[in-house]
Amino acid sequence: MTEARSDSAVTATRTIKYREALNEALREEMRRDASVFLMGEGIAERGGSFRVTEGLLAEFGPWRVLDTPISEASFTGAGVGAAIVGMRPVVEVLFVDFLLLAMDQLVNQAAKFRFFACGERGVPLVVRTQGGAGNGLAAQHSQSLEALFYHIPGLQVVVPSTPFDAKGLLKSAIRSDDPVIFLEHKLLYQTEGPVPPEEYAIPLGVGEVRRAGSDVTLIAWSNMVPRSLAAAEQLAQEGISAEVVDPRTLVPLDRQLIVDSVRKTGRALVVQEAVRRGGVASDLSSIIVEEAFEALKAPVRILAGKDTPIPFNLKLERASVPQVEDIVAAVRALAREEGGRPCHS
Amino acid sequence: METLREAQLRRFFREVYMIRAFETRCIKLYRRGLIKGYFHPYLGEEAIAVGVCAALSERDYIVSTHRGHGHCIARGADLGRMVAELLGREDGYCGGRGGSMHIADFARGNLGANGIVGGGIPIGVGAALASRIRGEDRVAAIFFSDGAANNGVFAESLNLAAIWDLPALFVLENNQYAVSTPIEQVSRDPDLHKRGAAFGVESCRVDGNDVVAVYLSAQEAVATCRRGAGPVLMEAKTFRHMGHHVNDPGLYMPQDRVEYYRARDPVDVAARYLRESAGTTEDELSRIKSEVDAEIEAAVAFAEASPEPRALSCQTGAVR
Repeated sequence: MTEARSDSAVTATRTIKYREALNEALREEMRRDASVFLMGEGIAERGGSFRVTEGLLAEFGPWRVLDTPISEASFTGAGVGAAIVGMRPVVEVLFVDFLLLAMDQLVNQAAKFRFFACGERGVPLVVRTQGGAGNGLAAQHSQSLEALFYHIPGLQVVVPSTPFDAKGLLKSAIRSDDPVIFLEHKLLYQTEGPVPPEEYAIPLGVGEVRRAGSDVTLIAWSNMVPRSLAAAEQLAQEGISAEVVDPRTLVPLDRQLIVDSVRKTGRALVVQEAVRRGGVASDLSSIIVEEAFEALKAPVRILAGKDTPIPFNLKLERASVPQVEDIVAAVRALAREEGGRPCHS
Repeated sequence: METLREAQLRRFFREVYMIRAFETRCIKLYRRGLIKGYFHPYLGEEAIAVGVCAALSERDYIVSTHRGHGHCIARGADLGRMVAELLGREDGYCGGRGGSMHIADFARGNLGANGIVGGGIPIGVGAALASRIRGEDRVAAIFFSDGAANNGVFAESLNLAAIWDLPALFVLENNQYAVSTPIEQVSRDPDLHKRGAAFGVESCRVDGNDVVAVYLSAQEAVATCRRGAGPVLMEAKTFRHMGHHVNDPGLYMPQDRVEYYRARDPVDVAARYLRESAGTTEDELSRIKSEVDAEIEAAVAFAEASPEPRALSCQTGAVR
């Protein structure tokens, strides 16, 4: 198996969609390992709401691809139990908002099991779900809730932004001996990107510099990555060179990649779709301040979703989460700022 | 009853008494301040764990509850490691990191106690599902309480097990109190096994203080599960001898009911079987008790000699 780290490092021979990349990862892992099985609402006959599990029932049969009732707490918990006795379940929950119904099983059970078992046994469970705003699905189908899982010792949190990462990270998640919350984004399923046909996996905890730059570091994940890249493109035309860093997994976190980038540019903007209060961006900001303080030319800035439920109206929905123009404006302001500490010269 | 051999009745008595003696001895340690935190005694319910576990094979799974010492012992746990865990020592089942409510014993198919009421139910269903997917004949016995029966995961999990015909034995230990709230106050019909029928699940009710009755029912239920006709819901009616935990005097429990169930003490019932069906003498019963007492003293001595845990040396494993 190749351990590919970035899509730019491999010779891309074809382009596929994010949802197709996920499908390939599931199919390949199910072929490789008979203990991998899938559970979720409408994933078997229907192939999933986003067509990620299409065709898998036909290949693997009804005991490897199980349609469940709308019982998130219990089928997630059944995943925990099956994992404890050596299976590798991949549980699909339609919306991250619905995962709140299964919080006991994730937070109190799956996350703590290895600790109670004194390291003897883990919970090799993957929970795939999707979040994010963008389709007018309103406040119970549009949230970005990664901070809830990020907060819990014992859970790993994966947030892929490209088809290449979606496939490579899902494979590593399935092979991990500890629970993974795998957060897809509803606006990314139809996006396309290069994915090599050869076998590869991306290790958890290895981020990626999406675009090199020298004036400011943008740290973004999931759907904020393409928006940050679009912003960086515009900013380049104004003479501002933005580096875009995608941690790809929030737990484990590639702190070094983030800190190294900020040490180089001296300015950091964390772009987060989730509401600002209590978010991952705040934690990343504190990490940067603690580990790269001497390099900062300006305060670390956060551009995040507004502290509001996601509105239904599309115009209001747009205003509630960072857009490309918001990122551009935030970087322009940050690039002008001085006063992180006195200039050295 | 005649079909049960003396050795089996002897084993039942020994195990029921062992749980009784273990809890009684550990409550003394608690009173001396050596055990901290929460301790939910299984006193009065011993026959359920013993009867059910006797009907299981070594390869089967159990999931337990916050009131889990009895399940653990009935599954053959190492008493020394159990006491060490209660004392928070390095040699405990969780290396002192879990305590009373989190002991698991994988070597004996015990997937763990649980601090969350109802939290173990879906986990047991998952173990049964794994057995089904792999084409094995392992059964998962899921211990839970009347309190958990009013949590949503009970209904969800019973339904999941039902639609997939899972080899899951739902053992509803109805001790008639959810912490301090009597079952009549929170369930219109306190005969909780009736809920099984609504899910198309074979259900039964048994005297939870009678180890032989529990065993015979469980044996039938396990056989049903093993031949792929599960799940089964078994309600075992019982009563606590104490409040919810060792510091709860249980003053809300009416004296007449306490007396009623004490007159049906599971240890006495198990002893009566031995006396009446096997002609076992009081001397022999005393000898069994002394043997068990000695085992428990040895376990306490082992645990007290065990070191305190090394500082957080047993973190969350691979997850940083």
